[in-house]
Amino acid sequence: MSTEAGAVHFPATDWDGGVHPYRVGHRKLGMWLFIVSDSLTFSALLIGYSYLRASNVWPTPFPFYPSIVFSSVMTFCLLSSSLTMVFGVSASSRGDKTAARKWILATMFFGAAFVVLHLIEWNHLISEGLRPFSLPAHWVSTFTTSDGRLPTPAFGATFFTITGLHMFHVATGIIYLGVVAGRVKKLKHEDIEISGLYWHFVDLVWMFVFPLIYILSVDVGGHLAK
Amino acid sequence: MSAHVEEHFAGSNKLFVSIWFWLLLLTLVEIGLAYKPMPIHFMLTILLGLSIIKAALIVAYFMHLKFERLSLILTIVPMLVICICLLFVFFPDSFRSRDMRYEFKEAPAVAPAPEEH
Repeated sequence: MSTEAGAVHFPATDWDGGVHPYRVGHRKLGMWLFIVSDSLTFSALLIGYSYLRASNVWPTPFPFYPSIVFSSVMTFCLLSSSLTMVFGVSASSRGDKTAARKWILATMFFGAAFVVLHLIEWNHLISEGLRPFSLPAHWVSTFTTSDGRLPTPAFGATFFTITGLHMFHVATGIIYLGVVAGRVKKLKHEDIEISGLYWHFVDLVWMFVFPLIYILSVDVGGHLAK
Repeated sequence: MSAHVEEHFAGSNKLFVSIWFWLLLLTLVEIGLAYKPMPIHFMLTILLGLSIIKAALIVAYFMHLKFERLSLILTIVPMLVICICLLFVFFPDSFRSRDMRYEFKEAPAVAPAPEEH
């Protein structure tokens, strides 16, 4: 009796191999896993920042202009870049690679605007005297508490580390999108979608950096200007 | 139009523009909150709530996760949320060290250096 005849054939399930159980390609799954790990990096940095903030006297130095105006316009740039990126991916899914390239270039423009505005904002803080491990002298005198506790110099370290790492991600994303825009006709739709995933992730991180770093450190009473 | 439509990308441009509009609106609410006098814990809770809503909108619609298979969502999201929640274990120590901090009153007296012969 042949074993072939007696074999029972179960239908292959998702996890038996030979199929994509998540219905995404391995590269897209890889990008999702990278995004998860990078989310943990930023989470750890933001939790570290919150740890330091909760255990110290924290300066709240950001004036409405330039800091809040600049960071708000930067937020607008990143949100708009996400919209143009999603238009690009949508065009690519229709097979319209020329339109996809156009939208990706628009995304790069908004990303570049974000980096330029952020560097101007950094330059403003550095020229005021903020360094990774020291505060400007007039910040120290303004934010020392009535019982003589000094504001922590860790402000600069957390600010430059978190916004710097985010800016590095944006700059890397611009280069990545540049390569994708250049090779858009050769790439598969999923590859363009993957670059979109990375770009939206950069936008997503800013949605936490902006309120935690900027909004919670607004100089509401205008103490520094006095 | 190319004959080989490679993949279907769910969601219309109108939907994406409305998501973008909501994200901008929530950002404006955040900026407005910055100038409302309120206890920092209250402000932090509202800001984080709004940020989580914004992040969810980006992940669900822009990153398209809402239209992926449930198995992918279940693989990625819960473990990330659990890992981030585990990081909160550090905060009791943060509050402790705030209360134990040495208060700087004046420069400590420094003993004169021994004279060298």
